[in-house]
Amino acid sequence: MCGIVGLLLKNKAMRPRLGELMVPMLIGMTERGPDSSGMAVFGEPVIDSRRKISLYCGDAGFNWRHVEGALLEFFGDAQFEVKANHCIVTSKAKPDDIRRWVARHHPTVHVLSVGRSIDLYKDVGLPSEVAARYAFQNFSGTHLVGHTRMATESAVTPANAHPYTAGEDWCLVHNGSLANPNSIRRMLEKKGIQFESDCDTEGACRYLHWRLDQGESLETALEHAFEDFDGFFTFLMGTEDKLALVRDPFACKPAVVAETDDYVAIASEFHSLAHLPGVKHANIFEPKPSEVYSWSVQ
Amino acid sequence: MVSAVKATQGAVVFDLAVQPLRELNQFLHGDLTSIKTVAVENPDGAHSIAVGLNAPVQVDIKGHAGYYAAGMNQEATVVVHGNAGPGCAENMMSGRVEVKGFASGGAGASAHGGLLVIHGDAGLRCGISLKGGTIVVGGDVGSFSAFMAQAGTMVVCGDAGDGLGDSLYEAVIYVRGEVKSLGADARLEPMSAADLATVKQLLADAGLAHAASEFKRIASAKTLYHWNADSNQTY
Repeated sequence: MCGIVGLLLKNKAMRPRLGELMVPMLIGMTERGPDSSGMAVFGEPVIDSRRKISLYCGDAGFNWRHVEGALLEFFGDAQFEVKANHCIVTSKAKPDDIRRWVARHHPTVHVLSVGRSIDLYKDVGLPSEVAARYAFQNFSGTHLVGHTRMATESAVTPANAHPYTAGEDWCLVHNGSLANPNSIRRMLEKKGIQFESDCDTEGACRYLHWRLDQGESLETALEHAFEDFDGFFTFLMGTEDKLALVRDPFACKPAVVAETDDYVAIASEFHSLAHLPGVKHANIFEPKPSEVYSWSVQ
Repeated sequence: MVSAVKATQGAVVFDLAVQPLRELNQFLHGDLTSIKTVAVENPDGAHSIAVGLNAPVQVDIKGHAGYYAAGMNQEATVVVHGNAGPGCAENMMSGRVEVKGFASGGAGASAHGGLLVIHGDAGLRCGISLKGGTIVVGGDVGSFSAFMAQAGTMVVCGDAGDGLGDSLYEAVIYVRGEVKSLGADARLEPMSAADLATVKQLLADAGLAHAASEFKRIASAKTLYHWNADSNQTY
């Protein structure tokens, strides 16, 4: 079992409150996922020549200053925002060059996300603990994708927590389980796509990104996924300007959507939406199986 | 323990924003002889609200309920003034459960008796393994509804999804709208005068204004009742 939450703010005036509105949503899903949680936050994109890279180190005492100094020296341009075990690097250097440099010089540091809009945090612990560790309540931005995990098929580790990312400004969270993640993984690895964890969800994330990368629409990519994925899923996906939601053809895992003029909010259960302003007058519905729902930032 | 309960003239209010759910359910499992109605404020999607009732009391859930609302109900009338999560009125024995909005998957699953009325749509697997209860849905029902339903009646005023009534036993389904597909061994049958009277009565019980003549009857063809060694597993 896991919990998913998503929030897209249509009302620009509410965007500074994105984190404050989201934290009770995430904590509301504690019973569905008490062992790890994570959050992808999308905000104003940095200029096209730069990229944001979210880094994570499992060592709580890790000295980010060493990374900062060396990265600045090596790439000549980088800005840093450190929160606990997490650091966002913004730089005009190529993300792959930074990724290689980090892997070589700091093997305990992991790249969680790359993009112009996305920041990504994930860690083990109760949702309330993870939210406090990284001050989720202070997030601002346009939309976000969050997850609380109750591990069923792979270990409880930060790397196995959701959201998963692939490429740039793309992330996915999953409630459910896939029976054939290894087949998907082998198929993608033959195409040169590398994996970083042993969680079934990473296969789904990289599979869909691989299809999008071929120029397929999200709808077409998901049509293929219905054929190729064996298992249960509610997927919530985020791009730089969009949230998308889909449930498997048997609707094995729940989801509920509340939409008002101000926002679109998604959660596994209504319990996580009950605190939202104006929710009593929201259009509340349960997404139908096999239908792709998406909402864009205006 | 029920000190926060305000009881006047047999009417009790619980506010789940400040009172724990267990306090409500323990109260509902106690002596209710002097209680007529119980209102539940701020349900906010909590699970298992008003489960296991066994007294002729009316419970009004003033908002949206989470999983298993009014499960195992006997005698009580439970009204959800909002939407209900998965497993609403699961295994109901008697009484009445009414959902003003939509109900998620597995509504009325395995109900032995009583009446479940869902004014909006019901999700997948509505009335799965129905054992004698009655379900009236004002909107559509999702796929695999009434799967292996053994006894009882289901009335669907909207459309039905895939695999309706798969492997039905003695339960009967009436559908007003389109059926996307029938499940194995389910078949359309003519409406008899008794069927029309049944549908008319159930629509009246549910407070829904449709003509019984608009409904069609779906029941078991009974080809699965006995093992057929020559069937080559084709069903």
